[in-house]
Amino acid sequence: MKNPLESLQNTILLGIAITIVMALIVKYSF
Amino acid sequence: MGFLMDPYAIFLVRWLHVISGVMWIGLLWYFNFVQIPNMPKIPDEQKPAISKVIAPAALFWFRWAALSTIVWGLIQAWQLGYIGNALSLGLMSKSAAHMSIGFGMWMGLIMAFNVWFVIWPNQQKALGLVDCPADQKPKAARTAMLFSRTNTMLSIPMSYSMVAVHLA
Repeated sequence: MKNPLESLQNTILLGIAITIVMALIVKYSF
Repeated sequence: MGFLMDPYAIFLVRWLHVISGVMWIGLLWYFNFVQIPNMPKIPDEQKPAISKVIAPAALFWFRWAALSTIVWGLIQAWQLGYIGNALSLGLMSKSAAHMSIGFGMWMGLIMAFNVWFVIWPNQQKALGLVDCPADQKPKAARTAMLFSRTNTMLSIPMSYSMVAVHLA
């Protein structure tokens, strides 16, 4: 399988996905 | 060291952290958004202009800006008294703000590690700045590219968590 980071578009989408997960963790952790 | 706790010194360190970060991430995005995607469009005889001149100069400012960003950032976290609580992701202080800035700090630290210990050594091989057998150059270039992409991916949540602290 091709590494998703070979595509700049997938790199950005993964970055946005991580951002959303991280923001939710920060919001609901405490 | 008392002068480092002066409000102006705290501001100055923040500014140095920000301008270093602008240079670092600016060059990271130059590599990923401009240089790497356009290299295939450049005729082979013109490629050395990038690989021998532009890329080494960009990599010089890139890796030193990365180090500068980390150093000023760590000094800032120490000045503001939350370096331990942020690096432990707010789990000791039970603070969402410490968790937010801590996520950003860890991503920044991982990215700086990638710059100095993965991207730079592999770029030196790929660009012929150090001796490297010709058959190993494509693998070195690919490793550098994928870690550069990893940093581009991490730069999105890293910057978000650093500027969204006031929401936490």
